Amino acid sequence: MSTAETLLEVEDLVTRYPVPRGFVGAVRREPKLQVHAVEGVTFNVAPGEMLALVGESGCGKTTTAQSVVRMVENDSGSIRFRGQELSGLGPSDMRPLRKDIQMIYQDPYESLDPRFSVRDTIEEPLLIHGVKMSGDDRETKVREAMERAGLTPSDLYIERYPHELSGGQRQRVAIAASLVLDPKLLVADEPVSMLDVSVRAGILRLLDSLRADGMGILMITHDLSTAAHFADRICVMYLGRIVEEGPAKEVVRNPQHPYTKALISVVPKRDPRQQTEPQILQGETPNPVHVPAGCRFHPRCPIAEERCKQIDPELHRAEGSQTDDHRAACIMV
Amino acid sequence: MSAVPQPILRVEDLHIWFDLAGGGELHAVQGVTFELKPGERMGLVGESGCGKTTTILGIMGLLPPSASIAGRIELEGEEILAKGEESIAPHRWNDIAMVFQGAMNAFNPVQRIGDQIAEPMELHGTATGKTAKAQVRELLELVGIAGSRADRYPHEFSGGMRQRAAIALALACQPKVLLADEPTTALDVMVQAQILELLLRLTRDLGLSLILVTHDLPVVAQLCDRAAVMYAGEIVEMGDTQTLYHDPRHPYTRMLFAATPDLLGDDDVLSIPGAPPRLDHEIVGCPFQPRCDSAFEPCPTVHPRTIELGAGREAMCHLNDPTATEAVS
Repeated sequence: MSTAETLLEVEDLVTRYPVPRGFVGAVRREPKLQVHAVEGVTFNVAPGEMLALVGESGCGKTTTAQSVVRMVENDSGSIRFRGQELSGLGPSDMRPLRKDIQMIYQDPYESLDPRFSVRDTIEEPLLIHGVKMSGDDRETKVREAMERAGLTPSDLYIERYPHELSGGQRQRVAIAASLVLDPKLLVADEPVSMLDVSVRAGILRLLDSLRADGMGILMITHDLSTAAHFADRICVMYLGRIVEEGPAKEVVRNPQHPYTKALISVVPKRDPRQQTEPQILQGETPNPVHVPAGCRFHPRCPIAEERCKQIDPELHRAEGSQTDDHRAACIMV
Repeated sequence: MSAVPQPILRVEDLHIWFDLAGGGELHAVQGVTFELKPGERMGLVGESGCGKTTTILGIMGLLPPSASIAGRIELEGEEILAKGEESIAPHRWNDIAMVFQGAMNAFNPVQRIGDQIAEPMELHGTATGKTAKAQVRELLELVGIAGSRADRYPHEFSGGMRQRAAIALALACQPKVLLADEPTTALDVMVQAQILELLLRLTRDLGLSLILVTHDLPVVAQLCDRAAVMYAGEIVEMGDTQTLYHDPRHPYTRMLFAATPDLLGDDDVLSIPGAPPRLDHEIVGCPFQPRCDSAFEPCPTVHPRTIELGAGREAMCHLNDPTATEAVS
């Protein structure tokens, strides 16, 4: 994919966190340990595309998102936004770009300031970014963002405070506050997991309409069903790596990597008749401080062979893939 | 004598009110009636605030002092609500136990897991000392944790293991009925699958009856034989899980399914407009009517009756009631 049509290009991203070893540990010369949160992740997001990073807790999906918005410093690799390299940029160089890259968070009960009215919350980004406009223009801008986020009629909500809003409405306020700057890329970290089922669909459809208007969306989720429905493409992560990627429907209906297969088999379905025999992996995702050698999934893999302990597999088109852009990191497929 | 097994738990016309700080009352549970058979797995589903947790806390006799409760709760034919705490206490944890929401994070961090599981045994006098210790090990093995880990502290357990330990804690006094409040909500999908498998095995092997409280319809579809859908403090539809999905008879059930994305489904995911009604004042007509896509003449004014629709199946909606339109005129 060429730069012209790509909004975000992440290449070989590595982000690690140091493990504090304490004074005694330092005196004893214990080795400095690191959490290998993200270990070589590559993906692109195009304008008008929703990419879902899917995986269990500790797989590195949130760290990936935080690296992209530069809330955490990556160790190596590149993050290019509209061709411009972000990694290594200081806060002041980053600031003008923040208008274009906005983030929404999981918990709309905590992400809004309880002392800010809806107007204050949505207006604040304009003030912070020093957008030069009159008070009336700002008001218009705030109301436009509210309309886009589905807070209509805006008169009904604009004077309210967070405690006067439901969870779904709060998330819409958070989205409106990110829309007011007309971002090109929206990073959404578990945008609906705290919300009631009945309002989730509304928020997801809202994100979908923003995508249709040309915004690029990077969605972080643990919910494969949501990703299958709303994302264009899915990247499945395990222990800091992408183990499978491809068009959303392809990945879900024709999974190739044994981890994706297991994950999909255990997702409960709405229809009791469609429940399949779950292929339950024993144990839990290993600690990302001590990543297994070779394929990092081999200790839990049902089809692992001896050589999987040595070979660290790369993403490639699997034999069962229907399309070139559906790739898995497993030497057995 | 009929061959149908007697219900182990029967709840009839249960009402629960909370006194509000500023005066007034919140009618959280409004006439809930259901039965649970031995070994049966029943789901209690609905949005937050629909009264599902309050219902099972009422059954456990664990409501806060600001709550008042009325109705009948029968455990193996014995009415346990009549004398309040006096009649519920002997059964609590001995016959009917609960996995609380977030229980996995509620262990005392400075006490060994095994000792915490032994505590209800000693408190209820089911086992003490060495016997209790041995039973704790057995229980841990039963839920899939090595017995030797009884001496460990909560922080040495992963989230999934703490949830298993929370289930072991609920099983400490060998109850017949287990109430589980959102037992998989904070867990990863693979760990969720492990816990659901455990609950399934416990009901099959021990003959335990289970009420699973959750907002997650697919989880209910996977684990439960039967489900009750709650809305605004009432059970609006009840039936076996297959029929509920394939032939919902209350618009709320249908709309709730439509709002839930399915892994392999192609249909549009649709939100339910509006929000549930406030329960601090009386509701006129059908509580779901303002959000319903099929509301008609009687809905705004007449509260629907619960209509029996065959074996173990019922719905509270005028659409099933041939006399509904007459009631208006």
